[in-house]
Formats: sequence, C-alpha cells, structure tokens
Amino acid sequence: MSIRINKSGLLDTLQDEGRYGYQHLGVNPGGAMDRIAMHIANALVGNPPNETVLEMHFPAAEILFEQTLLIALAGADFSSTINGKELPILHPVLISKGSILAFGKRKYGARVYLSVQGGFTADTWLNSTSTNTKVNAGGFHGRALQKNDQLLLNNPGAFSFVFTDHAFEVLPWKAKTAELYTTNSIRFIAGAEFGNLHNQSIVVMKTQVYTISRDSDRMGYRLQAGPLTTLSHQEMISTAVTRGTIQLLPNGQLIILMADHQTTGGYPRMGHVITADLPTLAQMQAGETFQLQEINPEQSEDLFFEQEMNLQQLQNACNFRLQEYLKA
Amino acid sequence: MLFSSPYRIYSSGDHSITIEAGNQIDTKINQEIISLFHDLSANRIKGVKDIIPAFQSLTLIYDITICKKEAGNQSVFTFLLALLEHRIKHPIAIVKTASRRINIPVCYDSSIAPDIALLAELHTISIEELIEIHTGKEYRVYMIGFLPGFAYMGTVDQRIVTARKSVPRTFVPAGSVGIGGEQTGIYPFGSAGGWQLIGRTPITMFDPKNEIPCYLQPGDEVRFFSITLSEYKNWGQS
Repeated sequence: MSIRINKSGLLDTLQDEGRYGYQHLGVNPGGAMDRIAMHIANALVGNPPNETVLEMHFPAAEILFEQTLLIALAGADFSSTINGKELPILHPVLISKGSILAFGKRKYGARVYLSVQGGFTADTWLNSTSTNTKVNAGGFHGRALQKNDQLLLNNPGAFSFVFTDHAFEVLPWKAKTAELYTTNSIRFIAGAEFGNLHNQSIVVMKTQVYTISRDSDRMGYRLQAGPLTTLSHQEMISTAVTRGTIQLLPNGQLIILMADHQTTGGYPRMGHVITADLPTLAQMQAGETFQLQEINPEQSEDLFFEQEMNLQQLQNACNFRLQEYLKA
Repeated sequence: MLFSSPYRIYSSGDHSITIEAGNQIDTKINQEIISLFHDLSANRIKGVKDIIPAFQSLTLIYDITICKKEAGNQSVFTFLLALLEHRIKHPIAIVKTASRRINIPVCYDSSIAPDIALLAELHTISIEELIEIHTGKEYRVYMIGFLPGFAYMGTVDQRIVTARKSVPRTFVPAGSVGIGGEQTGIYPFGSAGGWQLIGRTPITMFDPKNEIPCYLQPGDEVRFFSITLSEYKNWGQS
C-alpha cells in the first residue's frame, strides 16, 4: 500500500487546496500552485477535486510503485516514462506493482502533479495536508520528499487487471486542458495603490513584457522589466496580502505573490492576478515572458466561474468514463 | 458604527476584500479593527475562509463560488461590499474582549543580543537603560504576520526607536527579540530578518503541535521582563 522515492527531485511536496482559517496567526495557506492540474489529476482517477496530490518541480523524483495502482499526471510535461517506456500525461493509467516512474526532458510547464486513486496518506495540520516547510508540518512530515521515503496510500482500489506485455495500461481517454489555461497574457485587477503610479508607468505596466526572474519560487515570482515609478513616496502600513497580489518593490520591479506567500506585506499593491490565470502563471518558469492585461473585478469573477464550470464538466466526464471502464 | 475615523472598503483581489481605517498606526483604530475581527469571526459570513487583521485594516479571503450563491445576480465583490458596510454600521455583537496580559521573559545578554551594544551607543544610553526602557512599557500586539506567529508589537519608547538594518541578516535564530522602527517583535522561527536584535526569549512562540499554535494573539498586551543567561538556558527545566 505504498510508493517509494527512488531518487528525490528538486522540490516534491504533498499539497491540497491549501490551509485557510489561520492567516490571522501568520500561517500562510500554501497549497497546490496549479489548482487546475490538481483538479484534473484527481478527476482522472476518480478522486474528489481537492484530494492530496504530489507536486513535483523539475527535475522530478523517480518513484517506485509497490503495488498495482490507478494514477494520473497533469500540469507540466517532463517526458514521463514507466520502466523506460513513454507515459503520456492527462490520462488515467494502471501501473503494475514494481514499476518505476521517471522523468526526462522538460517539454513545457513548471510543475507536474501525480494523483493516486484514493489519495496519499498525509499528515493533516490545521485542516490541510499541504506541506508547510517553514513550520515543518502537514504533508509528509512537513518536508519535501527525500530518497527512500515511503508514502502510504489511503484506500486504493483493488485491481485484478492482467497486464499484457507492458507494465502499464493507458486508459483511452484524455483530459482536454486547452480552454482551462490562457495563452496570451496574465490578467489582473487594479490594486489599492495602482493609482499612485505615474501616468506613463501605468501605460508601461500594461504594455511591457515581463521576464520571470531566477529567484522565483512557491513564495513569489520576481519579474524583470522596465522599472515603474510612483507619483509620491508613500510610507505604507502593512496589510494582508494574498495569492496573486502584485507588489511594487523599492527598485521599481514587480513581484507576484504565489502559494507560499507571507500573510502580510508593506509594499504598494499595484494589482492582483485573477484566480483564473494563476494556474497559467504557476506553469511558467524562470526566463519565460508574459504581459499584464487589466480587467475589472466582475470580469474576473465571470472568468473564474467559466473555468470552474469547465472543470466540473471535465470531472463529470472523467467519472463517467472511469465507471464505464471498471464495469466492463 | 464601529469606526471613529473615516474608512474605505476595496477589492484586494478577486477572492479578497479589505477594510482600511485611517492612515496611521493607532491603538484606538487597531482596537476597532480587532472588534470587527471578533464580530466577523463569531458571526461568520458564508464563504469567508480567512479574516486577517492588520494595524488599521482587516482583510477577508473568500471562496468565490460559495459567496456567489448568496450574491445572486450581483458580483461577489458588490455583494460583500454592501454586506460589510452594513456590518460596520450595525455590528451584531460589539465584542469587548478584555486584552490578555502576557509577560514574556527576555535575556538581554550580549552573547545572544548581537545589536544591543550598538543600539545603546547609537542612542547614547547604557545597555542597562536600554533594557529598562524596553521592559518598562506594555506593548500591544497590533497584528501577526511575516512568519507564522510573528507578532508586531508597539510602540517602543522614542528613545530606542531604531530603523531596520539596511542589509537584513540571512539568518536570525528563533526567539530573537528585535526592534524595527517603532515596533518590537519576536522571531518565532529561524529566518532571514532585518530587525535590530536586542535579546532572546526561551518561550516557544509558535508550536504546530498545539491546538492554538500561536503564543500571542492580535490585541494582546505584552510586557517583557529581563532574565539572566543561566535562567534563559534553564528555562522550563525546573
């Protein structure tokens, strides 16, 4: 009832939808960076959308399956293989006991999500299984996975599947993700200090190209572009900040707060990336570029509902296909 | 009406709304913020996942889908804006929770207080005077942020107000007591940090194993008392 880490990756942690209800104590929410990929990986194996998944950065871990399992990969494509044979992402896959999942070249994306049917057995801390590496709580002993770690599984289905010549069987349906991610630009709504930008800087902010800098991580994405200037130097009093908040640093550069953001901050808030576009951003990595496009809060909500509806339809379709398959 | 000074409510993201009162760090405003925090915590708005008080602001993090069910045809933001206006004008329960008074031991020995001599020199006072000034006042926990359990307390006596270090330390040990501008605070975890370090407490400020993991809460009144190095080392062992 387990999987084992043969080789650790750069940063492999268990995550769910995040830890809410404790931000007034400074406990940041964390959670999967790409909520769409988490939902899809779970939907493909018949899990509820927020079941604990394994989030892996590049290079990702090598994993030994110690029992036959139904799994799925979603999010980034790191050229996954089972026992050296190519394994497509976005499909449910039956994996036979003793198989090894490994990754090769990064094709696209920054984070791949592994789901197993029934979910991982994870430590729950303050109502969430997300790994908090600062406090060392939640997930797998509150830390990133290391070589030889054994992850127990909740309640995987018993499969009497007879594998033919392969060690795995790719089930013949694929999650379509094109409509769920954006391709052109990252959209934001104006923040409380947006109006404090020079007129020229407002134009620059919405037209220039941003490059994601190397020192970007689960806490935040630092952007490189032409510096922005404000009308007056405003001494800020710290307020709560949230995932997607775009802050202006003293050097005129922007930073976008991500899943592991601090709960409060004292830099001017130029805007907030909309929830619907955070997964797209979460799949971009250092060196990649994008533009920022301003929309209003109502549009932002509509885009979110549209995305959630698409995810729900995908979930329903996955459940249907899986049930039909298991009956046959 | 909860607020005695002008306030505004604005969107702080598509799943976040902020109420900001006044434009300064002020005990009265902070008390009003904490009152609203208690009222909204005791009488929750459906879909609100987090209520985060800061010096003079309160932010609500919400589930857009759940709130939409209540909002109907309006946008969630418009719905919450009106609801909060109402809750501020007609609080359900003005919770006058008496502030908890908490005493925290601090060892000001130079061996674990790397900036204390420097600060004394800067302010032309003796180290003993600096300790007397720092322990001679009750501090309010205005908010908790930056790190889990990091309490922003203030304000310190004008004689020891000190700007943060221009280059933050890459590592500050857990328990370090610092001064940052008019604020004083305790690092609950080892972390990078820019505050001037004048002592260390043996108290565990944040313990994930506790049901309420945080030693301090917003609105607490804190007083420090000085302990010796050997008391520091043996704290909790007797």
